[in-house]
Amino acid sequence: MARLCQQANFELDDDVLDALRQAEQTEESPLGKDILRQFLENARIALEEQLPLCQDCGTAVVFLDVGQDAHICGGDLHAAIEEGVRQGYTEGYLRKSMVAQPFTARVNTGDNTPPMVHTEIVPGDRLKVTVMTKGGGAENMSRLAMLKPGDGRDGIIKTVLSAVDEAGGRPCPPLIIGLGIGGTAETAMLLAKKSLLRPVGQPSHDPEIADLERDLLARVNDLGVGPLGLGGRTTALAVHAASLPCHIASLPVAVNLQCHSARHREAVL
Amino acid sequence: MRIESLRIQSPLDSDVVKKLTAGTRVLISGVIYTARDAAHQRLIEALDRGEELPLDIRGQTLYYAGPAPARPGQVIGSVGPTTSSRMDVFTPRLLEAGLKAMIGKGDRSAAVRESIVKNGAIYLVSLGGAAALTARSVRQVDVIAYDDLGTEAIRRLVVEDFPAIVANDIHGGDLFEQGKAQYRRGR
Repeated sequence: MARLCQQANFELDDDVLDALRQAEQTEESPLGKDILRQFLENARIALEEQLPLCQDCGTAVVFLDVGQDAHICGGDLHAAIEEGVRQGYTEGYLRKSMVAQPFTARVNTGDNTPPMVHTEIVPGDRLKVTVMTKGGGAENMSRLAMLKPGDGRDGIIKTVLSAVDEAGGRPCPPLIIGLGIGGTAETAMLLAKKSLLRPVGQPSHDPEIADLERDLLARVNDLGVGPLGLGGRTTALAVHAASLPCHIASLPVAVNLQCHSARHREAVL
Repeated sequence: MRIESLRIQSPLDSDVVKKLTAGTRVLISGVIYTARDAAHQRLIEALDRGEELPLDIRGQTLYYAGPAPARPGQVIGSVGPTTSSRMDVFTPRLLEAGLKAMIGKGDRSAAVRESIVKNGAIYLVSLGGAAALTARSVRQVDVIAYDDLGTEAIRRLVVEDFPAIVANDIHGGDLFEQGKAQYRRGR
């Protein structure tokens, strides 16, 4: 757990680096191009010197896929995860960004706990642990829209475009856009967040969703927001969408934005 | 848009500020102070009570940032900018009190943009998310106030060739608007 927190913060995955390199080649804004080049330079320094890519080492969002035939013996699994986060952030010189109470006494917990844990029971006998270290600037630009069924595909597109346009440079573009469509309010947002874990640019298996992803990526990059919001063609590196069935009255749309420093690591036990 | 960087000294001279237009790239050397959400809250509370601030902000530069802890032998941990708009509610008060320059990421509110012009101030953006790179420009760090806030304490940084881009200038120029307008394609 501790190792996953640190690796996520020090090392960008190849899929993210490849997407940034590609963007650096195609970006038309000279300033935007130079910013992308410096992001790559930053990634190189962080890897070589094992330093945090970003000072915001994030909320530790943990996804647990527990095989239904796996048996976890002794101890308290959630306490163990929390201890891993504590060790990872303390020993790795990572920034501790969590406050204990959100609206009055915002006192830092001092060890970046608690993590936000999402547990799913899945077939099999393995335990998969995924850590996403999610920065506050991009998370703050999340959006949930409970659309009317009649708003349809166009409504989804408008929701995403306005979220990204209004966020501008705040969530540190170029972004990876997580989009959860359907389900209920809370499952839509979780779906959006989980979509961020896909390799950058890997399309959905569902042809209709994959088509929506392509359409949205082109439209988002026509907004002109660009790297850090200073203008350019690269506002997003990818759109990752997923859908769930939903109520006859509803069309939930959740947008969860990931900054260019897309950090996550997983381990299978 | 200029691609060459202009070397400037912080605290910023008013004559220099007049020449810095949106889109100008700069390398800042000198002294800047970190302050983010919690420190801003306390600065404003101090002003409300009529108390003296822990630093004389007249003419100074604030950097919206909370660094990661330094490893042994390091001057400072990774230290990139945080989202400036969260400071918008406090900023006009500080500009009225003499604050000259701010460094952060993302755009500012209309009230802040107006206050920048009115008070002859400037807003710059630095490399959001490129915090390991940015830390290389920091030569010295001292906590000068609110140590109990940890990463959110006010730190005096001595920087050398700290890279930034002018976003909002004294003439009302706004790089966020200009940049987006230049690359936006209508549909």
